[in-house]
Amino acid sequence: MIKTRIIPILLYKNFTLVKGVRFDSWRRVGSLLQAIKVYRLREVDELIFLDISATQEGRSPDFRLVDDFADECLMPLTVGGGVRKVEDVKTLLRCGADKVAINSAAFEEPEMIREAARKFGSQCIVISIDFKRSADGKHEVFIHSGTKPTGKEPILFAKEVEQLGAGEILLTSIDRDGTMEGYDTELIQAVADAVSIPVIASGGAGSYDHMLEVLVKGKASAVAAASIYHFTQMTPLETKHFLREKGIQVRI
Amino acid sequence: MKKVAIIDYAMGNLDSVARAIEECRGEPVITGRAEDLKEANYIILPGVGAFGDGMRNIRELGLEQTIKEEVLQKEIPFLGICLGMQLLASRGYEDGETAGLDLIPGEVVRFEPDGPGVKVPHIGWNEVVLKRPHPLFRNIPSEKDFYFVHSYHFACKNREDILCLTPYCGNFVSAVNRKNVIGVQFHPEKSLQLGLKLLSNFLSL
Repeated sequence: MIKTRIIPILLYKNFTLVKGVRFDSWRRVGSLLQAIKVYRLREVDELIFLDISATQEGRSPDFRLVDDFADECLMPLTVGGGVRKVEDVKTLLRCGADKVAINSAAFEEPEMIREAARKFGSQCIVISIDFKRSADGKHEVFIHSGTKPTGKEPILFAKEVEQLGAGEILLTSIDRDGTMEGYDTELIQAVADAVSIPVIASGGAGSYDHMLEVLVKGKASAVAAASIYHFTQMTPLETKHFLREKGIQVRI
Repeated sequence: MKKVAIIDYAMGNLDSVARAIEECRGEPVITGRAEDLKEANYIILPGVGAFGDGMRNIRELGLEQTIKEEVLQKEIPFLGICLGMQLLASRGYEDGETAGLDLIPGEVVRFEPDGPGVKVPHIGWNEVVLKRPHPLFRNIPSEKDFYFVHSYHFACKNREDILCLTPYCGNFVSAVNRKNVIGVQFHPEKSLQLGLKLLSNFLSL
């Protein structure tokens, strides 16, 4: 049986790893290469690396950087941030990414998604969807690291990108991000039910119970987490022992 | 030294494969040239991408004939990974119908979800069940987890060519083998220690 993936997320900004709260108040959390070495030793299921300032700064992905650290990985790696062209996807795959995450361009240049999926296969195209819940309880997709509203409803947007050929969705609640108060299980479940591609739950993990909830009730295929692995003693391995006790299939 | 040609046909994660081969004390050469394939002791066909583009690129580089000569006449150990395994088939149906290398009879078809909530692509770690012993799996027990990321799978024509099965949408063929030709649907170069073990075993064939 396929195992539920526990995925640490590495956010990169101003040449260092950072973690924020609600896409703001960024704190340095250490060196990229060091983090990758540790996660490799711990044999984590997969890593997601996002260069969160690339799009805002109008930059392409830092291919040299990815080329350098991807070689050290020898584990599944998703790379995102600043991906705007089919050529960017090609170069990142060549540098050693297994999957490429696309956020702003999925909204602004949807044809690029179709072309990249056709050329490289859906399995390597991850659409990263960041959303906020407004006062009236409605959800809206934001792009450019959460700074730009799109007027799009996330469930509808997820279905659209699936149609374009996306192979996976990384679904992040901006409101929950970094708060450690739990995932937005309700919306994650709605999206997971609406699409037939895997959904990775992201934003808000603060305990192993939060992860269990988003997997069972939220029907996520995988859970991503950052703060709990940066700022607490919790580890991906311990997460898996907990989840296994609760009947979730994990790789240990 | 074990010279390992990693075929460069503009389809994907060549560097990771080369890095993993270095860890296994092989000497990787990333190449799209027929001469390099002829000099190699081992050939790896990696690959991420669609079947149609993959075969077109191999043909445009003029490598189809060389691959077949090296594999069938010189019997060089050959490993196809992911798309590289799928291209061993007779034909594939991703992005239209395309003839494959036809080294192992079969077709490459899309997963059909076999129940509600079953997701395609198949992404993640899943167990690889050995159907018969093979030196590629020396010291690797059956049913260990390897990393997969794919929407299409290899439907083998002949039972004897099936080396491994993996449970997803029923059971699909996760490794094929006929004589010196091996294909694995999972990514050994991304499957940490166990993946390196498998690649080391390949370099001992």
